[in-house]
Amino acid sequence: MAARIQLPREAKRGEVIQVGILIQHPMETGFRLDSDMRKVPKNAIRSFVCRYNGEEIFRAELSPGIAANPYLQFPTRVEASGEFEFSWVDDNGVRDTARETITVA
Amino acid sequence: MKRRAFLATVVGLPLVAQAQSRDEYFSSFNPDALAKSVTGGVAARRGRVKLELPLLADNGNSVPVKIAVQSPMTPADHVRSIRLLSERNPEREMAVFHLGPRAGVAEISSRVRLAGSQRVVALAEMSGGSWWMETADVVVTLSACIDGTG
Repeated sequence: MAARIQLPREAKRGEVIQVGILIQHPMETGFRLDSDMRKVPKNAIRSFVCRYNGEEIFRAELSPGIAANPYLQFPTRVEASGEFEFSWVDDNGVRDTARETITVA
Repeated sequence: MKRRAFLATVVGLPLVAQAQSRDEYFSSFNPDALAKSVTGGVAARRGRVKLELPLLADNGNSVPVKIAVQSPMTPADHVRSIRLLSERNPEREMAVFHLGPRAGVAEISSRVRLAGSQRVVALAEMSGGSWWMETADVVVTLSACIDGTG
């Protein structure tokens, strides 16, 4: 699983920035059929957490009601330079993490 | 004139009937009951929440959604969580977003799947324990989730 992160490279101290992330994931509903007309088992990202310098700033519980390749955009106030850490888990227990840094002046 | 009147009746009637059925269709959804199933019986008030969804979606597989909640986002008064509920999806709760005063503003964007035309509900839980809601009616020409062909 890969992810694309949208983040300003630099920000001012105390500024509210928008953090965007696009995760590559099929978010299977469990209703779709494959080419042999068998149901593709349900598999969606259920839990998503974003930490900034170790502190949790955003958490989401998702479901197959979120489109494939889920996109999330959420705000946060940045006070110091640091690293965003995004991590998520799907129904199969597969975990993944993505990281991105930001410079705060 | 007779011909014109006849044409107006024949052409006009289905349009009126269609307009009524659309309103009737959406009013058949009761967002308050759906909201109460999540809030634990607390009635959600209308207002403070802004829910942006397209009026018409060609395809239910990926519908852009934006939720904004009016809040000062201070430690004393902020949005604790935002929930997106669907009247027709197999899973009623599409997503729960947890925020805190650090967010600065309460604004979330994402893309949802919709199993057909329906009323979508956005619910916001404030730090003070109050609930606020907003609904949006979306017409979906091709639905997601429930059809086996996708």
